Amino acid sequence: MELVVFVLAAAMVLVGAIGVITRSNPVHAALSLVLTLFGIAVMFVSHEAHFLAAVQVIVYAGAIVVLFLFVIMLLGVDRSEDISIEPITAQRPLAAIVGLGVSGIVIAALVSSRSAISTSGDGIDASTVDAADANIRQLARSIFSNNVFAFEITSVLLIVAVIGTVLMARRIKLREAGK
Amino acid sequence: MLSTIAPTNTWYLVLAAVLFGIGTLGVMVRRNPLVMFMCIELMLNAVNLTFVTLATAMSDINGQVVVFFVMVVAAAEVVVGLGIIVSIMRRRTAATADDLSALKG
Repeated sequence: MELVVFVLAAAMVLVGAIGVITRSNPVHAALSLVLTLFGIAVMFVSHEAHFLAAVQVIVYAGAIVVLFLFVIMLLGVDRSEDISIEPITAQRPLAAIVGLGVSGIVIAALVSSRSAISTSGDGIDASTVDAADANIRQLARSIFSNNVFAFEITSVLLIVAVIGTVLMARRIKLREAGK
Repeated sequence: MLSTIAPTNTWYLVLAAVLFGIGTLGVMVRRNPLVMFMCIELMLNAVNLTFVTLATAMSDINGQVVVFFVMVVAAAEVVVGLGIIVSIMRRRTAATADDLSALKG
């Protein structure tokens, strides 16, 4: 059963990821990204990370992809582009070498250290994992005790990001108003 | 027979490594800034999957806490990045990263 879930979720993740980099229409790429994000959410569930799976669906698949689609529609770039031309000579073979190299190096490191990580995992805290909200309790206890300062800083970060974006996206009309 | 095989943590980590490689490839190959941004999201998700898998392997909830913060920062990053892309695209309609060479030496 666990194997079936893993294979299906892995297929979703990989098909979606390949769709993001191969579809010529940005709207199709964004919808492929949704497929990948849902696959990752399924894997979070199978790792007992229920809260993160919910946040993944709501924030990533909900908010971020909708923001992408909104910007695509706003800018009017929702048409296919010609991705068969290669702007820089030999860019794609080199990029393929680098991409395969990154994956290969990480996989080699994993294989060489597999004895440390190959346990199939018995949940985060096996004594409390039976309770329905055990994951949220543990996560909240860690965030609001050990990491409370980082949590407060993220609220500052969000405020700064929102104000910065509003200032950046606003059309400057002060100069005409001053004349 | 098949039901006796359970996926180990290494499978998840290998999948995350492959996903990260695909994201890297996309950032280097695609020329549309929006699609390059989506590929960055792919790489962020690969790292998140690694964190959650190792949180399970090490029985340490702090791996999931890091993923929580990565998601918050990713949301802020997308907002700022899309704002920059919108303000660039207002001035020029061509939607490729190659045309944005004003800072080229």
